[in-house]
Amino acid sequence: MAEQILMKGNEAIAHAAIRCGCDGYFGYPITPQSEVMETLMDEQPWETTGMVVLQAESETSSINMLYGGASCGKKVMTSSSSPGLSLMCEGLSYLAGAELPCLVVNVVRGGPGLGTIQPGQGDYFQACKGGGHGDYKMIVLAPSSAQEMYDFVDLGFELAFKYRNPAMILADGVVGQMMEKVELRPMKPRWTNEEIIKKMPWATTGKTSDRKQNVITSLALDAAVHERLNHTLIEKYKKMEDEDVRFESIQCEDAEHVIVAYGCMSRICESTIEMARKEGIKLGLLRPITLFPFPTKEIDRMVPQLKSMMSVELSTGQMLEDVKLAVNGRLPVNFFGRLGGIVPSPEEVFEAFKKSINK
Amino acid sequence: MDVKDIIKPENRVYSKSPVLTSTIMHYCPGCSHGTVHKLIAEVIEEMGIQEETIGISPVGCAVFAYNYIDIDWQQAAHGRAPALATATKRLHPEKYVFTYQGDGDLASIGTAEIMHACNRGENIVVIFINNAIYGMTGGQMAPTTLIGMKTATSPYGRDPKLHGQPLKITNLIAQLDGTCYVTRQSVQTAAAARKTKRAIKKAFENSALGKGTSFVEVVSTCNSGWKLSPVKANEWMVENMFPEYPIGDLKDR
Repeated sequence: MAEQILMKGNEAIAHAAIRCGCDGYFGYPITPQSEVMETLMDEQPWETTGMVVLQAESETSSINMLYGGASCGKKVMTSSSSPGLSLMCEGLSYLAGAELPCLVVNVVRGGPGLGTIQPGQGDYFQACKGGGHGDYKMIVLAPSSAQEMYDFVDLGFELAFKYRNPAMILADGVVGQMMEKVELRPMKPRWTNEEIIKKMPWATTGKTSDRKQNVITSLALDAAVHERLNHTLIEKYKKMEDEDVRFESIQCEDAEHVIVAYGCMSRICESTIEMARKEGIKLGLLRPITLFPFPTKEIDRMVPQLKSMMSVELSTGQMLEDVKLAVNGRLPVNFFGRLGGIVPSPEEVFEAFKKSINK
Repeated sequence: MDVKDIIKPENRVYSKSPVLTSTIMHYCPGCSHGTVHKLIAEVIEEMGIQEETIGISPVGCAVFAYNYIDIDWQQAAHGRAPALATATKRLHPEKYVFTYQGDGDLASIGTAEIMHACNRGENIVVIFINNAIYGMTGGQMAPTTLIGMKTATSPYGRDPKLHGQPLKITNLIAQLDGTCYVTRQSVQTAAAARKTKRAIKKAFENSALGKGTSFVEVVSTCNSGWKLSPVKANEWMVENMFPEYPIGDLKDR
């Protein structure tokens, strides 16, 4: 029996980082995710695995520390919450442009502005549609449990290195703060410098006489070169859509209506599905695990059997747009959301759903 | 004796460092960047640390420093080079890591990053080119622009009431306990360049000794931005820049 420990989602992120061979964490305190760095500082992984943990002077600095660490081919990560992520958007654009792998955790709170420290899902656009300048995408993973907070650290690194691209865990204040049983996975050693040189021949590991210099940059002033770089990135994003879409379908096989929800809202909507089924309504739940790449094809596949879809979010309707794009006008796509950190009950969602199909 | 007999490798008293690439520099004739690049390359060569050195280039004229010094480079977002250097050095403590930054990059947009990297005493080298102007974007006012100096964004001269005072950031850096060596040099003469080279070498040696951050300001010319000939720019720098930014060590411990 693997070891199971009761912990917060945020603490799970920290333990996973140490245990999956992360080389460096750079962060700045912000509610509701400060437990990530607190746990790391408490665990002192530099004494055991050699992992570097550093409190930076700002989120701007921590994301650029990731740029430096990732340039060296190291597994580096940061975590923050919404206003901090806004500060990181410049850096994320540079990381994507320079094709650097790294992991960024956003434990989302309510916005805009300083907003609230209560949970939110209003950073969907920022995470999935850019946030920073230019044409780029990040792999966005949406955990709905403390266990997934743990598991998506390793998965995030795996995907980030597979594509040489930033990966993000888009969590929310609920998933970050709630305590659940978490199974600790076996320890993975950090890559040695020799392994890094072999795996990441592009990394700035020091120019040896047997190779040309490695330069990590996102700058390409030659128009043709720059256009080519953008096409390379687009190809990469297409590959993500072909190979790495992840989702969970709950009672969708015979469903006539499907709710689409991620993170904490998918947990609540699971109960809503049960309520509907008890009343004889064939309601299913599609939980996107990757928000980018989005399960567009799965929605496309489902459309012929459905009468309606509904996006349920702690926002004013952001994922809703991706659901609508996938449905492409073939079905009514409804929306229900609460804001300000108010997390709706399963009953409230059910009432909203019934209203949406009877209007 | 024919010229061809004289030009032989064994007769050479000087040659380009192999750490400098043969790429033709994009810098304007008279610009200090080329000289400082050469000095850094020579120090890396003399110390035998080409394989161990990672450079962080800024945004500004020196963004393309990687085209000229043949080592591994990371090109940073504007002002953020010290953050990159921090992570790189901490993840590769055995390497020599340096940032190369101009006055806009280091003393304006990157003030937070440079102050905190220096305050943490990161074992990195900072080369700070202060020519009191934004060269790459076409000669706008920099934080280090002198009072009365005309630039594209201070066309009537820098007025302290409108623009504030020149920022002597090196003096601030010298106050930080994390720094071990803070010096201000220049490269307008061969003698000055030799002193700067010694300073750069000392900075790299400090890095290996783990003494903290070494910070080398090079008071420089931007003759294009200043709209002066190279010779006049050097004279103007000595007359006007040196009184505001005096040459010499601010800290050495």
